[in-house]
Amino acid sequence: MEAQSQLFGPDIVEKAQNLIARYPQSRSALLPMLHLVQSVQGYVSQEGIDFCAARLDLSEAEVSAVVTFYTMYKRRPCGEHLVSVCTNTLCAALGGDEILGTLRDHLGVGHEETAGEPGEPGSITLEHAECLAACDLAPVLQVNYEYYDKQTPESAVELVDALRRGERPAPSRGAPLTDFREAEAQLAGFFPADEETYRSQVDGPSQSVETLRGAALAEERGWTAPVMADVPLPEVGAK
Amino acid sequence: MADPLTPVLTKRWLSPDSWRLSTYERLEGYTALRKALRGTPEQLVQLIKDAGLRGRGGAGFPAGLKWSFMPSDEDKPHYLVINADEGEPGTCKDIPLMMADPHSLIEGCVIAAYAMRSHHCFIYVRGEALHCVRRLDSAVREAYQAGYLGKDILGSGYHLDITVHAGAGAYICGEETALLDSLEGRRGQPRLKPPFPAAAGLYAAPTTVNNVETIASVPFIVNAGSDWFRQMGREKSPGPKIYSISGHVERPGQYEAPLGTTLRELLDLCGGMKDGIPLKFWTPGGSSTPLFTAEHLDVPLDFEGAAEAGSMLGTTAVQVFNETVSVPWAVMKWTKFYKHESCGKCTPCREGTYWLDQILDRMVAGNGTEEDIDTLLDLCDNIFGRAFCALADGAVSPIVSGIKYFRDEFLALCERNRTEPELVGAQA
Repeated sequence: MEAQSQLFGPDIVEKAQNLIARYPQSRSALLPMLHLVQSVQGYVSQEGIDFCAARLDLSEAEVSAVVTFYTMYKRRPCGEHLVSVCTNTLCAALGGDEILGTLRDHLGVGHEETAGEPGEPGSITLEHAECLAACDLAPVLQVNYEYYDKQTPESAVELVDALRRGERPAPSRGAPLTDFREAEAQLAGFFPADEETYRSQVDGPSQSVETLRGAALAEERGWTAPVMADVPLPEVGAK
Repeated sequence: MADPLTPVLTKRWLSPDSWRLSTYERLEGYTALRKALRGTPEQLVQLIKDAGLRGRGGAGFPAGLKWSFMPSDEDKPHYLVINADEGEPGTCKDIPLMMADPHSLIEGCVIAAYAMRSHHCFIYVRGEALHCVRRLDSAVREAYQAGYLGKDILGSGYHLDITVHAGAGAYICGEETALLDSLEGRRGQPRLKPPFPAAAGLYAAPTTVNNVETIASVPFIVNAGSDWFRQMGREKSPGPKIYSISGHVERPGQYEAPLGTTLRELLDLCGGMKDGIPLKFWTPGGSSTPLFTAEHLDVPLDFEGAAEAGSMLGTTAVQVFNETVSVPWAVMKWTKFYKHESCGKCTPCREGTYWLDQILDRMVAGNGTEEDIDTLLDLCDNIFGRAFCALADGAVSPIVSGIKYFRDEFLALCERNRTEPELVGAQA
């Protein structure tokens, strides 16, 4: 208990309570709460598991069962940034495997391994990822779950080198880059309290040329859906 | 006869700041909600039935029918759960929609929840889509502030809360009952049906799970009626559909067209094959739908058309591959995905995908034999229709269809391992 309260202070306890209050049944708060503890330590540690178990009146085994099931819960400390490269068939056919291979050689690490001292500025955890639902923009990678679309091996190397230098290149789609822990806090449902910061994150770009291709082509050609007119709701028999 | 492209859901994406409430309201957003709240839940369910809206999450189950399964009493709380766990390889329509137009989903949620007498809606977004979570969070805040969520919505007396919930990386959580288990804070493993979610879903209470695109279609149907919706698409598969075209085409992207559009027509719209290299194989609706080839250019891509031609419409995730791609390699990569994502609950999938992966690895490395092809097919036969959920069915689709149309390519990989009986008198 002592180790827990040192690691997870009153602020985190309050956030955990906040999560529990969002759901009719407390156990539903487990997934966001694991993102929350991950945002504190950069991974889900045994203490993180114990913290969640205590808040939710679950056994550590029950919490561990959940932690080990989902790929986003990391069991070893992550770097400042997590770089996830899609290697599913479509992205791979367009260069995704080559990008992963290049980054592995360049950083000298394998899947879910960290270049640099975990948690230190410029440290990077590399992983291959399953389909990131951005296939029209392949090949795709993410940094802290923000999208970097249409990558090449060269652009990917440039990106990680910039990250290692402490720079934060803007994503193709997503908020201005922060770090892995901040991304995890947001996944837990906690966003910047400062209105301006929040706005600048929400307003981060969200579409590319590809996303709008169909709509833009239709506009160009004058193609539309049938004209919409206000039609009453159907009549139904008395209940 | 509808136009070749019919932007309905995707039209607003062209507007600057499309995700903001101010833009949404300026573009007639939330007018459908006002109209819906003046009607009854029964009228709304009937409307969606009349429109013939089919689920856009892959299975194509009629949405109105699904909604009608919800009890008319409120003895237990009713839940609406939005499946925003877009993970089927090739599928990339819900994430852009949630980023570009989160309010269309929210308005759809309020209308659908009202129709099903639900007062709490959960939007389960896959964890990797952080920017969607962010945009939804912002839109939900705006909606509460403007009175479209919370208590006494627009003075109707109806109240609804929406909770945005991020997943944590698991394709299987796109399966509706596994999603519910995950939402309850458990490992995402599918449940036995029956009971169906409408009888016992989230927290064993009446629940409906619907896909993002399905629910985002609702406000348009409320405003313009079922006949309008049926002017697009075909009789059993009406409406517009977001076709996601990716791979070896000139202009990949999101193309919203009437259901029943063919690949030939889609290729025409997206500039044809990249660099003119011929088409070799493609998926109509994601990796879980059996492959098609150039033979299938004129198959109408709706639920019946795809099925009649031997595949499934799925999520209209059209992944196009040219002649430079090895079919066994592509199939091997997809098999790795299914093996990785298998939840482990049932033997045919857990053990089967493991073996399929090993055999394909061996074959692609050139160490396979012709016998391996028979073993693969035998395995697939033991898995298909015999696993606890459809993930396993999806896993065997690329293998079975890959071998069906490209057997020679699999055989060619085994060439160097062929053993011929020694001929009498043969020289070494």
